Amino acid sequence: MSEITNIVTPIRLDYTYTAGHATQRFLLGMAEGRILGQRCPECAKVYVPPRGACPKCGVPTTDEVEVTGKGTVTTFCIVRIPSDVLSVPPPFTCAHVLLDGADLPFFALIQECDFDAVRMGMRVEAVWAPKAELAATFESIRYFRPIDEPDAPYETYKEHL
Amino acid sequence: MNRMAETASGRLTAAHVLEYPYRRSVGPVMGAFFTGLTERRLLGVRARDGRVLVPPVEYDPESGESIGEMIEVGPGGVVTTWAWVEKPRAKHPLDRPFAWALVRLDGAGSAMLHAVDAGSAAAMRTGMRVRPRWKAEPEGNIHDIVCFEPERA
Repeated sequence: MSEITNIVTPIRLDYTYTAGHATQRFLLGMAEGRILGQRCPECAKVYVPPRGACPKCGVPTTDEVEVTGKGTVTTFCIVRIPSDVLSVPPPFTCAHVLLDGADLPFFALIQECDFDAVRMGMRVEAVWAPKAELAATFESIRYFRPIDEPDAPYETYKEHL
Repeated sequence: MNRMAETASGRLTAAHVLEYPYRRSVGPVMGAFFTGLTERRLLGVRARDGRVLVPPVEYDPESGESIGEMIEVGPGGVVTTWAWVEKPRAKHPLDRPFAWALVRLDGAGSAMLHAVDAGSAAAMRTGMRVRPRWKAEPEGNIHDIVCFEPERA
């Protein structure tokens, strides 16, 4: 056998993920084609997806808020490097989308759009899976696509980059 | 993440795997050790104080100088300490009760961690002689040694 110059040393964790109360509400919303967040009772920021607490105020976020699938691209990245772990073949665009009424950008794929047309401030909307395929998963939102609206001014999302 | 399933309590859960399939280059010293395994040879490196370190390292543990003189050791050795595993887990090297042990191979001045297949904890003792059980088709990694076993089983 030839000389050994490298070895594969996989690090692998198998575990059962259990959704907490807030994530469970969000995922059950996904199964109904709804986007549910939570509002902080102190600073009034709306977290989508909710985590059950406000990281700034340190208090439970008990008020549920529904937001629409419309939002604004705050930042984006075009992925061109293939990898075994990607579920989407490159090239593709992933972005942070600040949903209208939310204070936390939402990770999303952008499709139905040329790569060089994606830009900060672009208005987009969620494209949902067909009703029969809606499930308690982020993948119920297949991707976001551009909508025919003027770009959002930088000032409206500059705090969310 | 896989699809969430609702448990009897109504709580959503999902099987999740986090995996980093690292491939790392091993350099000339570890490379020689792994290449030796493909030939069923156990190689250590001579440190500045004369001890042979197995598995080998690239730098002298005392002075930090580069070292690289490869010395063949073993294949037999002595258990210097051990811990019994009554219920092996999925990723353990053996699917029956075994010992994790430090094995100091003949001619070596340091001990190497590996599994010992002794059948029962009663068959284990510090100072016992063991020898490697080799995989049928060595590939050049530590799993080429399936485990160690008592020398006179």
